[in-house]
Amino acid sequence: MTTMRRRAVPYLLISPTVVLIAAFLVYPIGSVAYYSLQHRNLTRPWADGFAGLDNFRQMLFEDEVFWHSLGFTAKWVAVEIALQLILGLALALIVNESFIGRGLARSLVFSPWAVSGVLTTGIWILLYTPSTGVLRFLGRPEAAVLGNPDTVFPAVVVAELWRGVPFFAILLLAGLQGIPGELYEAAAVDGAGRVRRFLHVTLPHLRDAIVLATLLRGVWEFNNVDLLYTLTGGGPAQVTTTLPLYVAQRAVDSKDFGYGSALTMAGFVILLFCSILYLRLSRFGEER
Amino acid sequence: MSADVMIRPRTRAVPAGARRRRRRDPGRVLRLYIPLGMYLLFTLVPFYWMLVFALRPAGSNAPVPWPITFEHFETVWNDIGYAVFFKNSVIVGVWSLLCTTVIAVMGGYALARYRFRGRNLFMVVLLCTQFIPGAMMLIPLFSIFKTLGLINSLGSLVIADTVFNLPLSIILMSGFISAVPYTVEEAAMVDGCTRLRGFLAIVLPQLRPGLIAVGSFAFIHTWNNFLFALMFVSKQDSFTIPVGLSYTIGEYSADFGALAAGGVVAALPVVCVFAVIQRYLVHGISAGAVKG
Repeated sequence: MTTMRRRAVPYLLISPTVVLIAAFLVYPIGSVAYYSLQHRNLTRPWADGFAGLDNFRQMLFEDEVFWHSLGFTAKWVAVEIALQLILGLALALIVNESFIGRGLARSLVFSPWAVSGVLTTGIWILLYTPSTGVLRFLGRPEAAVLGNPDTVFPAVVVAELWRGVPFFAILLLAGLQGIPGELYEAAAVDGAGRVRRFLHVTLPHLRDAIVLATLLRGVWEFNNVDLLYTLTGGGPAQVTTTLPLYVAQRAVDSKDFGYGSALTMAGFVILLFCSILYLRLSRFGEER
Repeated sequence: MSADVMIRPRTRAVPAGARRRRRRDPGRVLRLYIPLGMYLLFTLVPFYWMLVFALRPAGSNAPVPWPITFEHFETVWNDIGYAVFFKNSVIVGVWSLLCTTVIAVMGGYALARYRFRGRNLFMVVLLCTQFIPGAMMLIPLFSIFKTLGLINSLGSLVIADTVFNLPLSIILMSGFISAVPYTVEEAAMVDGCTRLRGFLAIVLPQLRPGLIAVGSFAFIHTWNNFLFALMFVSKQDSFTIPVGLSYTIGEYSADFGALAAGGVVAALPVVCVFAVIQRYLVHGISAGAVKG
């Protein structure tokens, strides 16, 4: 093989990936930017045309749902991530211990990870519907939790926790397995108790894994439309509408591509800003 | 769920140290088994509840599925059309699995074995794609597939799911490939193999855990994808399982038996696949995180 040809090998190997990402991820992002400046609605093609900043003006100054969805998105992501992190870390620590039947226990507690958002909805509808659910065993026979604006938030949070905690537990378990056992032995010799070993050995070693897991999962929960779309439809009265859910409703239900693209651009900017801010604040990957 | 049928608990020898520690430590029950038991309940009760509804006769209120009936499965499979949805989901899932795995092996090999100009940029682009929400791409992807004439075709789902599976799959795969020592490959080449034959004969067999992890990961994600299927396919005979299930939730909201049976059909393949690959997944993430 000549040197020229040998140099080309890695590029040939990555070329399918590059082509696919360019055609179906990079180009679409550019086209969203273009659409956001257009009036474009598949149900009203006669009104299509250049819109300038019209979509953005409407979004920022006239659309109450947009502003409300931003607030709910922040609340949704923050609550989910905090609870999933705490429960996921606890679960990872538990299944990292050695006990009989550990493999089975891991498979069982991790299994909701493999389940789709729509299926989660199906299952939790069975649990939440007053006539069929388990709440009647808890003494709340008539509580329609999904139709009540006061109870709908905890209800969707619990359903998403059921599916979301295993992801954290899997990532953190992978991180736990990378901590050398000698460190714990050394700490024990130095007289550190269980709590101090956790605080001074486990947590510092897991820091990067925690930052990465919370960030990936934060983006994912931001993006998580399936569950809310099918479980609450963003309701009652739009109180559980996140920004991406609002985009999906605009795209799927009203086919309003121009305005939906403007919302998408807003979502990109917010996500990018928050991710960079988070990585900066958490000083990811820096030596301590 | 089927998980407990599918997997046998792997009885692993407990290290002597751990056994000694357990005897010395009565707090273990409080610290380990009680929280684990409570979490298992939280995980399994919803699955159990779905099974109860799927298996007991309509109108029954019993907390156990007895007498067992398969009438709900007949309803969803034949009348609602889950037979077709299932077939579509399998087609999309398998094609996406094949495309993702093959392209990820190529890309992962390039990352693991070559130092080439643009490698870092490629890595950064792969990581950045993790921040692109699928919901945000519905509109532009719809326009592209419309131009390509792929709306209402399963091909659009194979492409979209493969694209979204690829970045993480490549990163994982490069971790697995790095873990195979390069020296064995070199030895094969010294013996006169071409690089490709050396790879196929020496590296590929050792990549089995990686192939299983990446392939199942791609299959599960594709099987579960709802939004793309909802947006790009509107003909009922091209529906996938999640779209079919969402219509069951909407239209058969009084028929909980059908809803639960549909849920079991949706869950069965992925939960079985997951039960088998669970240990590869944790290993794969550590390998990818360390080497990637």
